[in-house]
Amino acid sequence: MATTETPSVTDRARLIAAGAPVVGAYFLKHTPVFVLGDEALLFAVGDGEPKRVAVHGGGILAAACDGERIVTGGDDGKVAATTADTTTAVVAADPKHRWIDHVAIAPDGAVAWSAGKDALVQPRKGEPRKLEAPSTVGGLAFAPKGLRLAIAHYHGVTLWFPNAVEAAPERLEWKGSHIDVTFSPDGRYLVTAMQEPTLHGWRLVDSKHMRMSGYSAKVRSMAWTFDGKALATSGSPQLIVWPFAGKEGPMGKQPRMLAPAEHRVSMVACHPAKEVTAVGYEDGLVLLVRMADGAEVLARRPGGSPVSALAWDADGTTLAFGTEDGEAGVVNLS
Amino acid sequence: MIDQSTADESSADKIPVTVLTGYLGAGKTTLLNRILSEPHGQKYAVIVNEFGEIGIDNDLIVGADEEIFEMNNGCICCTVRGDLIRIIEGLMRRKGKFDAIIVETTGLADPAPVAQTFFVDEEIGRKAKLDAVVTVADAKWLKDRLRDAPEAKNQIAFADVILINKTDLVSDADLLEVEARIRAINPYARLHHTQRCAVPLAEVLHRNAFDLDRILDIEPQFLQAGDDHHHHHEHGHHHEHDHGGLKHYHDEDMQSLSLKTEKALDPDKFFPWIQNLVAQEGKNILRSKGILAFKDDPQRFAFQGVHMMLDGDHQRDWRDSEKRESRIVFIGRELPESMIRKGFEECVA
Repeated sequence: MATTETPSVTDRARLIAAGAPVVGAYFLKHTPVFVLGDEALLFAVGDGEPKRVAVHGGGILAAACDGERIVTGGDDGKVAATTADTTTAVVAADPKHRWIDHVAIAPDGAVAWSAGKDALVQPRKGEPRKLEAPSTVGGLAFAPKGLRLAIAHYHGVTLWFPNAVEAAPERLEWKGSHIDVTFSPDGRYLVTAMQEPTLHGWRLVDSKHMRMSGYSAKVRSMAWTFDGKALATSGSPQLIVWPFAGKEGPMGKQPRMLAPAEHRVSMVACHPAKEVTAVGYEDGLVLLVRMADGAEVLARRPGGSPVSALAWDADGTTLAFGTEDGEAGVVNLS
Repeated sequence: MIDQSTADESSADKIPVTVLTGYLGAGKTTLLNRILSEPHGQKYAVIVNEFGEIGIDNDLIVGADEEIFEMNNGCICCTVRGDLIRIIEGLMRRKGKFDAIIVETTGLADPAPVAQTFFVDEEIGRKAKLDAVVTVADAKWLKDRLRDAPEAKNQIAFADVILINKTDLVSDADLLEVEARIRAINPYARLHHTQRCAVPLAEVLHRNAFDLDRILDIEPQFLQAGDDHHHHHEHGHHHEHDHGGLKHYHDEDMQSLSLKTEKALDPDKFFPWIQNLVAQEGKNILRSKGILAFKDDPQRFAFQGVHMMLDGDHQRDWRDSEKRESRIVFIGRELPESMIRKGFEECVA
């Protein structure tokens, strides 16, 4: 538990008033960019006033980033891609102006999005592809290799090769509403978050089920450690880390529980090169947690609203955070 | 299962959500257009099923497909509206841009999954609160629908506010008849007689019907029906003799049951009893609410429920002027009255 003795890096933080709920944070090259719930991206360039760039005509509902561009989905029915020079291009527009609920970027740069039951992929070249899911799409994730998309929905996940027109999509079934999905970095496991406070997983080689339960709230944030051997998650008043090393993944194993606190974890972000995870809590607290021994460093004192965004830059020297009430910050750790 | 809401969650910060129900053709869209076009200075986000029926420009009108999701939480009748969770979460990203949310359901919808969404989903419950279920009923056709459409009966049973609309199409006698039919199912809702859904908006919005602090309207509402002046007068005149000229009907399957005792209750008996009751009979209990006086407890305890979901909390000190009595109301289908009455009596301290 963080105490007055906990080492602190809070004096290294540059605080930014975002002026709107922060719903995501990313780094484009070295520039921290905050995704705001209202309609804009906020570029925290240098030490000056952050630059606000409106990218949608309405709220931003979803965002993804590959380091080169931030792809956003808006309630204006548009999918937009914004680059480090703050220019925005429209990737697609839903003909019926439906909300774009989810977006994802493939390793090769293809972009996926969903509107209602429809999942769409815009490959790097050619026409967009569309697949109708059995119910409204709850989450999208590209496999780490090849162009394969996981589409979470009610009662399971559909795995789809958008470029293979003949191949029928594969269905992984599990009862209930799946609201988020992620592939393990080695592509061997697929994990979903559910409407109930639980995760579900499949080992893809044999579709064997994995149940990961014990949370006190829906899991809204999942992050793989840099080596892909563990999955850090929110949803409990401590950091929950599931082991994915070995053949069986987390099956039959207990998760590690680190950094217990008074309030629940709302966001997690794993360091890109070290066994350190940034952990944001519902009371605004942000801790850096060393996975080996659970040692904690204070990055933001508790106060205000839940932490709703956390991101490391590619070098792992800078951490960006944001809260539901629009308080943002950049902590320089170099 | 009774969630005791934590004190730091101020209900004033939550966005109120009004649920608009009514059978096909009763006039929901008319009411919605009225709400959106009147100069009230409020900005509403509206979740609708049929795009394009609303004639008002509003960038916060969202189309939804009613998606009923079962919850794997051991609660057999517990369903939520998955689309609503997604849309309300999306709207909350634009917090500050609107004052309230209105959810229009399809004519055949059961209001329960909408209401249960606010009990079950913690994030939604933290940011938004159910304000009231408002049901629009067709004065001419409701009687028939109560016979042949279980959905219509559910919508009446569930309502906090009922508009008997299109009163210009029926005679005064027919109107009394339909009102009596409604009262047989739900004597607790506020009733209004309307033409083209003309009703002061304060009567349908910001009702706080699900606010534990406002569970005061637990007495049957026989008196306040009628916005039409002429009718109102006539209504009052007859009241002393026969409940405003209302005939008494007994609906074969949907009833309300009201229990009362002046003896203090034992919380260690009451909570297991009510939790067991809704676990067993929750499928048939559409709504429940109550104000309770526990032994040696200076505070009133209020609770309310939707099917198996219960929400309760200590409310405030009993006032000296108040009679310390416990009152509970159930609205439901084929309620086992004698079993419920006996169980309640056994909760006395």
